Amino acid sequence: ILSATVDAAADTQGTSAPETVVPSSVPQPKDDFQEELVIRPLHSGDIYASFQFRTLWDTDFMRENKVSHYRLFPKSLGQVISKFSVRELHISFTQGYWRTMQWGQPFIPSPPGAELWVWFQDSVTDVDATWKELTNVLSGIFCASLNFIDSTNTVQPSASFKPLGIGNVTDHSFLRYATLPREIVCTENLTPWKKLLPCGSKAGLAVLLKSEKLFHSSFHSQAVHIRSVCQDWQCKTTSWELRQTVNSVFDLHNSGQAKREWSLFKMFSRTLTEACPLASSSKLYIDITDNPQQFELSPATSLLSQAVVLGDRRTFSVYDLTQETTFGSVRSLNLLIRWKSNEGEMLRPLLHAERYVAGYGLQTGEIHTLMYNNHPYRSFPVLLLDSVPWYLRLYIHTLSVTSKGKDNKPSYIHYEPSKDRVKPHLLEMLIQLPPNSVTEVTVQFERALLKWTEYPPDPNHGFYVGSSVISSLVPSTVAMDTNSTRERPLFSSFFPCKEESSYFVRIYTEPLLVNLPTPDFSMPYNVICLTCTVVAVGYGSLYNLLTRSFQIEEPNPGLAKRIANVIRKMRGVPPL
Amino acid sequence: MAAPLTLLLIVAVTIRAALFRSSLAELIAERVEVVSPITAWKRVVEGLALLDLGVSPYSGDVFHETPLIIYMFHFLVDYAEITFMLADVITAVALYMAVKEYNKQVFRKQKFALEADRYPMDSLELIRSPKEMYYIPLKVAMFYLLNPFTILSCVAKSTCGLNNAVLALFFLSTIKGNVLLSAIFLCLATYQSIYPITLCAPAMLYFMQRQYIPVNFRRVSFWWFIVQYLFMYLGSLFVLICLSFFLLGSWDYLPSVYGFILSVPDLTPNIGLFWYFFAEMFEHFRLFFLCVFQINVFFYTIPLSIKLKEHPVFLMFMQLAVISIFKSYPTVGDVALYLAFLPVWSHLHRFLRNIFLVSCVLLACSVLFPVLWHLWIYAGSANSNFYYAITLLFNVAQILLVSDYFYAFLRREHHLTNGLYLKRKDGSEATLILK
Repeated sequence: ILSATVDAAADTQGTSAPETVVPSSVPQPKDDFQEELVIRPLHSGDIYASFQFRTLWDTDFMRENKVSHYRLFPKSLGQVISKFSVRELHISFTQGYWRTMQWGQPFIPSPPGAELWVWFQDSVTDVDATWKELTNVLSGIFCASLNFIDSTNTVQPSASFKPLGIGNVTDHSFLRYATLPREIVCTENLTPWKKLLPCGSKAGLAVLLKSEKLFHSSFHSQAVHIRSVCQDWQCKTTSWELRQTVNSVFDLHNSGQAKREWSLFKMFSRTLTEACPLASSSKLYIDITDNPQQFELSPATSLLSQAVVLGDRRTFSVYDLTQETTFGSVRSLNLLIRWKSNEGEMLRPLLHAERYVAGYGLQTGEIHTLMYNNHPYRSFPVLLLDSVPWYLRLYIHTLSVTSKGKDNKPSYIHYEPSKDRVKPHLLEMLIQLPPNSVTEVTVQFERALLKWTEYPPDPNHGFYVGSSVISSLVPSTVAMDTNSTRERPLFSSFFPCKEESSYFVRIYTEPLLVNLPTPDFSMPYNVICLTCTVVAVGYGSLYNLLTRSFQIEEPNPGLAKRIANVIRKMRGVPPL
Repeated sequence: MAAPLTLLLIVAVTIRAALFRSSLAELIAERVEVVSPITAWKRVVEGLALLDLGVSPYSGDVFHETPLIIYMFHFLVDYAEITFMLADVITAVALYMAVKEYNKQVFRKQKFALEADRYPMDSLELIRSPKEMYYIPLKVAMFYLLNPFTILSCVAKSTCGLNNAVLALFFLSTIKGNVLLSAIFLCLATYQSIYPITLCAPAMLYFMQRQYIPVNFRRVSFWWFIVQYLFMYLGSLFVLICLSFFLLGSWDYLPSVYGFILSVPDLTPNIGLFWYFFAEMFEHFRLFFLCVFQINVFFYTIPLSIKLKEHPVFLMFMQLAVISIFKSYPTVGDVALYLAFLPVWSHLHRFLRNIFLVSCVLLACSVLFPVLWHLWIYAGSANSNFYYAITLLFNVAQILLVSDYFYAFLRREHHLTNGLYLKRKDGSEATLILK
């Protein structure tokens, strides 16, 4: 239904010309590295920085002779791809939650915690075993506790998460998706991530990635995306693309000291001195679409570029770091962005979602997911993917989807019920959102009592439920904007232009924190003893009644008489 | 006797209908004392919804009913309230007719024993008269229908009511002497929850007594009857299991229904002993204690059968009680079934020792269950130990009740053979003890 082949951050220059490497005895596959940083000042005064490092390599990991000469592409990831027959891999580590209504849409969305989804090649016979090994290997590469990914939090989506690279696969048995909402991101995860870059953190834009400032932000997300892309427009051969992205939002009050004045030094405590020598292109984009007169950039630049990203035509000032003149006489670039006025409106996001738990007590509850369609006149379908752990028992007969107060029946529901301690619930629905409305999806659940060993060390903190994923092709408002079609000839402006008519959006809702009833952890031995006592009481009374018979009670003779009876018995004389 | 019974049925149906219409019905349907993961109505509706979605109800862990129940409620889901009220009515009427027939047999046996001069002179006051036995069937029906446990179970639409109806029909067909029907109803009851298999023993003993087959291991007729009964029972069970396979097209339901009852994976609190025990069990010993607790239910059959081979109906009561107390997911509906039999043994009340204590404890526990549940789950001021303690107390009270009745029964039998006023060797009044 939805094919997600649209790139979230459009690169207006297209695929760059591959660089030729110094020829050696064996012709090396061509590889190329590009880096870019987009800085977008947000309407609330915060600032959004998005790094992307892309390595393209024309090689074939899947063929028989193993690839051994790695140059720009990191060897650890190359070995992962060939050993586990990975078609696509997307992993992200995020700290914080992306606030769509205040910050707009991110270039690369990611849920709080860790998220991993992988498409395997058709040649894999046992996908579950391969998945388990892969998560453990990635856990080692990124120093994260991805080994907690097992069958209880892995799902196989049936319609969402179509491949982002080439290759239109329809067999979803090769797809695995897992998320760890409780995973914390810290310097230990950033360091091995930086090591995967060709220049490391020594040159180029990666110099700015310092953990003291990055983890002091409102939102920090680092991700690795591996997929196959076409080499040229004819797509006769493919190359592997590795993208490493960092998305950060720096807070106006925390990092900005409440002044609407940002500089590279203030954000990252570093300035740029040179581009990465291995990069074919190294650029810094500043988004100046929201009122170009509103803020001033220094040092000024004459390069401008325009791109349609997320359904919106944006204008960017470009600094080309491969040019010496960018760095000026001080040989360092410390970009300064100063606001002049506070006016201006942010483009309202057309799709945004919220999720919360309703109800009280530790027995039952209700999950409510609200999806807002802010488009003035268009309705569009969204695909909602919900993965709920097994200990929150969903009752699918209580599922209700309402828009504007009326029932809105989903056209496609795929539900896989959970199995205790084996797999989670999976609910995927295709819902049509009416224009300018709120759609509410509610489902009731019951909380289970777990075995005492299954609770985490702080059981009263609660259990996390991973974010819901909402994927959609949102109609863009640019396409129907007659201003942009005015300068085009009539023969091309009748139908809305294909690239601009809709854009792919993936939204993650908040993760939920749910409390479960707990047993008393200090009492296992007491409980066992007391319960066995009750069973023994039953056993004992029935045993007594079954094995004994009624007899007349003879009073117990005194001690003297008893001794006398014993002596009399020995003598053979009848007792007293 | 038809008129008072009809009046009783009308009153019972009115109470249930009134409660169905009130807002209490949803509250009661969620109470863990009344419904369990096996019997909850919410789960039956969930299973039907899963079938509508095209997913097998047994692929998840929410639905644990048998395929026949799905099939039945597929057609009856709109008439669920009437179904459960009808089940209660059938149970009451079946118990009424069965107890009436049983009383006739008891009286006839007593008459023969009196004529044969088997009772000593001073135990004649223990002989029962038709006058005192006249109202017992009505009391049995009343004890079942007007028991708050039964009313709660019916209003919650717990499928325990259906199980009770099948067991009552089994009891009726056994008392009436119909071997085939008895085997079929017992097989239906076993098919729904495994534990009624232990009721084979009292049923077989009853039939052997009725058909004058001596209960002697060395007799061929004894084994031949056992083979016949077991053949009918196992045959109908086999037919039912295969029928369930054809209804849904797979064997998924076997681990989901029987595996669930036997391996107790779901630790939802209930009035039984299993949930907290296995919530706090050391993993290493889990299998061992699971086997111990499950064997505990089946284990009393042989010893009780040997002791009570002359009194199969009392044996059936004891077995029902043992099942209701020690099964893996008990509910108050199971308790209500064996409590309904108590008027049949009303002549034992002079020998009961703990009845006041037991009834006070049962009453207090029934009131404290919802209070402590609220404090644990909603108010957060108590923890699970409070609810667990009341569970323990409730089960101890039930065990005391059952063993008290057993004691009284055995004691009466002893007095009937040895005389009521016993004297010691020196002529003074004697006390009886168990030795």
